[in-house]
Amino acid sequence: MTAPVLETRSLSVAYGPIRALSGVSIRIAEGETVAVVGANGAGKTTLMKALSGLLPAQSGEIAFQGRSIKGRGPHDLARAGMLHVPEGRGTLGTLTVEENLRIAYDVRPARLGYDEATAAVFARFPRLADRRRQRASSMSGGEQQMLALARAIVNPPAMLLVDEPSLGLSPLMVKEAFNVLHEFRDRGTTMLVVEQNVRSALRLADRGYVLRQGEVIASGPAAELLADDQLLNRYLGTRTKEGA
Amino acid sequence: MIQDYLFFTGINILLAWSVYVVLLTGNLSFAQGAFMAIGCYAAGIMTTRYGVPLAVAVPAAMLLSSAAAVLVGFPALRVRGIYLILVTVGVTFCVRIALENVAYTGGVEGLKGMSGTRLWHLGAAIAAVGLLLFLLSRSPLQRILDAVREDDRVAASLGVNLTYVKLLAFGAGAAIAGLAGALYGHYLIFVRPDNFDILVSIFVVLYVILGGVNNMWGPLLGATVMTLLPEFIRALQDWRPTMFGVAIVVMLLLRPEGLLKFRQPSARWSGHAGR
Repeated sequence: MTAPVLETRSLSVAYGPIRALSGVSIRIAEGETVAVVGANGAGKTTLMKALSGLLPAQSGEIAFQGRSIKGRGPHDLARAGMLHVPEGRGTLGTLTVEENLRIAYDVRPARLGYDEATAAVFARFPRLADRRRQRASSMSGGEQQMLALARAIVNPPAMLLVDEPSLGLSPLMVKEAFNVLHEFRDRGTTMLVVEQNVRSALRLADRGYVLRQGEVIASGPAAELLADDQLLNRYLGTRTKEGA
Repeated sequence: MIQDYLFFTGINILLAWSVYVVLLTGNLSFAQGAFMAIGCYAAGIMTTRYGVPLAVAVPAAMLLSSAAAVLVGFPALRVRGIYLILVTVGVTFCVRIALENVAYTGGVEGLKGMSGTRLWHLGAAIAAVGLLLFLLSRSPLQRILDAVREDDRVAASLGVNLTYVKLLAFGAGAAIAGLAGALYGHYLIFVRPDNFDILVSIFVVLYVILGGVNNMWGPLLGATVMTLLPEFIRALQDWRPTMFGVAIVVMLLLRPEGLLKFRQPSARWSGHAGR
């Protein structure tokens, strides 16, 4: 078994007296795509905030590449190679598409030259190439989500934390966003995807964790979780016909 | 007289730029008058009591203003928006009260005997600060400042150290205000704490809002117009604050981003963006 890139051990997080996560243990190995799914209020966002350093852990341990990252801030983790793709199109609206990419490239240490790095990104996202001089806010929500994903790979990190990539997108764009994530996975990107769209997320992932009321109630290969109708129906409310 | 007009215009341009630099990270500071006071008193005490040459006292005063800003800013920049504005207002009051009550700084009587500022000193200071701001607007740092102003959470997620960037802007803004203060004191010969009333800080912020917040020319234009207009149109003298108020209301209705609202996207870093 390879050493995990990211691991939490009995992680608990509380907002004042209210426990949002209790004893959550997850691990993501090199090259693996892991999905954390759950209904609204299951603790997904809290987990993401704790991992990216926005919320302090009450107890337990978080380790990235074998070293504890408790208490380290978001910018510090990003530079160390754990890049958070924020939910809700975290683009910088008054900056141009190009500037959004440029910042992502500049801030963290890079291996490729800028032109080389963006050439690959623009080849994959030709719409962004067309709009490189436009303000990010002038684009549609879907295009902005593409920009957020493109920005994450312009300077490839050791690992991606993808926060609710389907949030606020039309079904067509959700599909498009997941297509991009599938490509990332196929290229061997280590990813943790936190997502409400259970089926799409589990189809993408190698392994999955199901969160409910702040606890992991099931985990295992994504295909097995996906086949467990009882689990999906009871805890995730996916009885309705599957989405896009 | 003409010389005085030019002098006060120049001081106001520096102060407007000091507000602009802090505003680059999205923070509105009403403490620039206080940092100006610190610069003015620090340089004045050095030259009049310790015989330090003006050329040494001015940079030393800038450093002191900057250090004071970093000291205040380190805890204060954790709060945002309106709360940070209140903190900066508080700083302005604290500095003035301190200057009035400490014997060492001359109390309400003020400080006298400073001299030596020539108009060209101020001109050189404006040229130097202007050049630095121009170079900044073409540098990668400008983009990082823009990112922090736009959405600091997203900027942090990309790896931008918010504390560092915000402190840098706050410290640099205070250094510019301190420079203005040091030159101001040594021109006026005699200063008192009420030269640095909260109104100074408020007026300077208004110059910037009127002139435009998106580029370095807006504050320059705002400061120039709003300093000279009341001087040349005599009838407006007594109505200065009223005129300001009316101008702000009209501007916010007609041109909420200021007179000069352009921002040149990607003009900077043309080596890459140009193709």
